[in-house]
Amino acid sequence: MISVYHYMTVAAILFAMGTYGVLTRKNAIVIFMCIELMLNSVNLTFIALSRHLNNMDGQIFVFFVMAVAAAEAAVGLALMISFYRNRESIDVEEIDLLKW
Amino acid sequence: METLFFYIVALVVLGSGLIVILSKNPVNSALGLVNTFFCLAIFYVMLYAPFMAAVQILVYAGAIMVLILFVIMLLNLGTEARKRYMHGIVWSALASLLVLVNAVVFIKKGQVTGAMGDVTETTILKYGHTEMIGKTLFTEFLLPFEIASILLLVAIVGAIILAKKEV
Repeated sequence: MISVYHYMTVAAILFAMGTYGVLTRKNAIVIFMCIELMLNSVNLTFIALSRHLNNMDGQIFVFFVMAVAAAEAAVGLALMISFYRNRESIDVEEIDLLKW
Repeated sequence: METLFFYIVALVVLGSGLIVILSKNPVNSALGLVNTFFCLAIFYVMLYAPFMAAVQILVYAGAIMVLILFVIMLLNLGTEARKRYMHGIVWSALASLLVLVNAVVFIKKGQVTGAMGDVTETTILKYGHTEMIGKTLFTEFLLPFEIASILLLVAIVGAIILAKKEV
């Protein structure tokens, strides 16, 4: 029988994968996708726990996480486009204007 | 049967996660991410949350992935440069492994506690998941809902201003 712990383990593995991707990749869009992966694993945890506790609040929270992720996608990708216009690349190693 | 199905879907979701984080070409990463979103939607259906599954497919696999693919094609990115630093990868792998071990130990040892609600499977099947979400959203969580709409408005304006030619 599948319990809430199975779902949470899958979500934990997905979250760790997303962490690895964020820390190792250099392409800003791929880092962005890894962040989406981590957000989704958190959503899975929310829904599994909400089902386990017979409570609806976790699913409402997933709704808000999705809204914030959509806003983040719009603003983040616009940032990448404007950065690409200036530098002809979106490698995160070249984003060093604030470095001294 | 359900157990077998769960393990198959879990295998697929973890495999597509690996594609996302390991593939050299960003387009392949994006396709792996779409696959992950669909598998998570299957999980939501198995957890009696069909509305969340529909929203997952519409918002994530539909809207956000189209946005990401548009930007990838717009910027015409090639494959990533081969300069990689081994120590960075090792430390990152250690950090993410630490996250994983920590989480799994907590999940194995811990006990899920908390206030039990009254929303069981039979209630959901009787009233419908969408109706229950809507009722909770528009009574208990009305203020956060309105704030989310303001957040989306600000995001639209910000994205347009950032992506405009002359700022």
